[in-house]
Amino acid sequence: MAHSRIARHSSKLVLGIPILWIVLFMLVPYGVLLTYSFWLKKYPLFVPAFQFGNYWTLMTDPQYIKVLLRTLKISALVSIASLLLAYPFAYYLVFRLKNPTVRLVLFMAVIAPLWVSYLLRAYVWKTILGTEGILNSFLMSIRLIDEPSGIFLYNQFAMVLTLTYIFIPFMVMPIYTALEKIPRSFSEASADLGMGPIQTFLKVTLPLSLPGVVAGFTMTFCLSFGDFIAPFLVGGPDGQLVANVMASQFGAALNWPLGSALAVVMLFIVLSIISLSDWFEQTGKVEL
Amino acid sequence: MTASTTNPPLPTKRRNRVARTRLAADSGFVVIVSLVMAFLYTPILILVIYSFNDNRTLTWPLSGFTTSWYEKLFSNDQLLTAIGNSFYVASCSTVLTLLVGVPAALALHRFKFPGKTVFRRLLLLPIALPGIVTGISMLNMFKMFGFNLSLETVIIGHATALLAVVVTQVFARLQRLPKSLSEASSDLGAGPLQTFIYVTLPNIRTALIGAGLLSFVLSFDEIPVTFFLTGRDNTLPMYIYSTMRRGVTPEINAVGTLIVLTSLVLIAVSVIFTVRDKTGRE
Repeated sequence: MAHSRIARHSSKLVLGIPILWIVLFMLVPYGVLLTYSFWLKKYPLFVPAFQFGNYWTLMTDPQYIKVLLRTLKISALVSIASLLLAYPFAYYLVFRLKNPTVRLVLFMAVIAPLWVSYLLRAYVWKTILGTEGILNSFLMSIRLIDEPSGIFLYNQFAMVLTLTYIFIPFMVMPIYTALEKIPRSFSEASADLGMGPIQTFLKVTLPLSLPGVVAGFTMTFCLSFGDFIAPFLVGGPDGQLVANVMASQFGAALNWPLGSALAVVMLFIVLSIISLSDWFEQTGKVEL
Repeated sequence: MTASTTNPPLPTKRRNRVARTRLAADSGFVVIVSLVMAFLYTPILILVIYSFNDNRTLTWPLSGFTTSWYEKLFSNDQLLTAIGNSFYVASCSTVLTLLVGVPAALALHRFKFPGKTVFRRLLLLPIALPGIVTGISMLNMFKMFGFNLSLETVIIGHATALLAVVVTQVFARLQRLPKSLSEASSDLGAGPLQTFIYVTLPNIRTALIGAGLLSFVLSFDEIPVTFFLTGRDNTLPMYIYSTMRRGVTPEINAVGTLIVLTSLVLIAVSVIFTVRDKTGRE
């Protein structure tokens, strides 16, 4: 029967195509990345080798440690800022807002910017915060300041602001989904048992929404951790993040092995964060 | 709210206090919601407004209305080529993500096989993995095996980075389909392929359109992967990026406004599809 043969092959294809793709375009590239990270830089390019010199440089050169710590700090600040804005927002939408249409519109309004070019969303902050930018000229026109101030752009504040602006939808989505899953009867039961709204929130709603918070935190943290466009546009001289250093190894600095080692470190950190958040989600799971 | 009606009546004083704190809390929430909305939309509004301002520098107050920045765009050959390239890249990578992503979602949904957890993890990794890692590792591979960088290498990079988007969307829809549908189909003698074409596919059609649109938009905007994998040809974001290096100009605002407009249209299309899908089901 030709028919059943097609059927049998089609089920092989269903699994085969994605596996082939993963092997060819994820596993092989990661393998090559790892290989390159052991190579040696040698004029004019680099030569095969097996040594840990690149990793040693990353671990001992204070310049790289400083950039790594700065990147961790910025990503943490971005995640916290997004959380502080996103949580009350999502909470209001799910529990307080009575009108489902308004709820849907507000939710869509937070997601919509994801469809608008990421590059432009970073760029527009450069035009706002710059020395000759919109904020400065506005403050001068209302005579709040006399001359343009350089304090808005090219610093870590500008970076946190811009990255929060870009990645906040990734915080709202999982928190909203987690809150929506909590049955209303839970908070009613809690109120019936004499708990005030704040106690109910702390003991019922917040713990049940934690998986959403963890998922959102993971996303915003990892994505800002690897960003190099926003730091380039608004970060300034001491605003380089790990990804900028990495990109420069493949450009001007022309040290692919070191850049590859840095990419391996980033891959490792991101994988650890994802596994940690997975583990957290599994252990903290409550069947509803 | 419904709970309080079943409760024994509270003393008026206490009820007033509860009502007052509720009101205070609600106005606090409204302030935060307005703040978030202002935070998200003021910059986009500024981007649009300054694309019509007739001054080279982007400063307050606005000096006058002009459409000359737009006219300049349409006579900029480099820009038009870049837009063409972006359309080519986004279309091809969308087709590829669907061709690989839909089987992957089906496999996750239907099959049990050894290594499924690893399979799922790897598929979904690019959602949280910064594009720069994908870009650099692929650049290394193409270099090692002696491939020249071109728009085609960019397409493969995009498809890999965006695969997870398609898989999550299609998988979520598959999970919501009642099992009885495919069971009924096989009871009636249909093979797996027939069931897929006549039963599953029509039911996940809107998810496919949504996932396809999203992956098209994300590919059209993509920069971190493109940055490392493109050869001599520029995509639109890469062209804008190289212009930005030279400084801030109203032309960028004009391109930006057109992109925002296109995004709005695509969002509307995807919303219409989702809404129609929901009403069709009820």
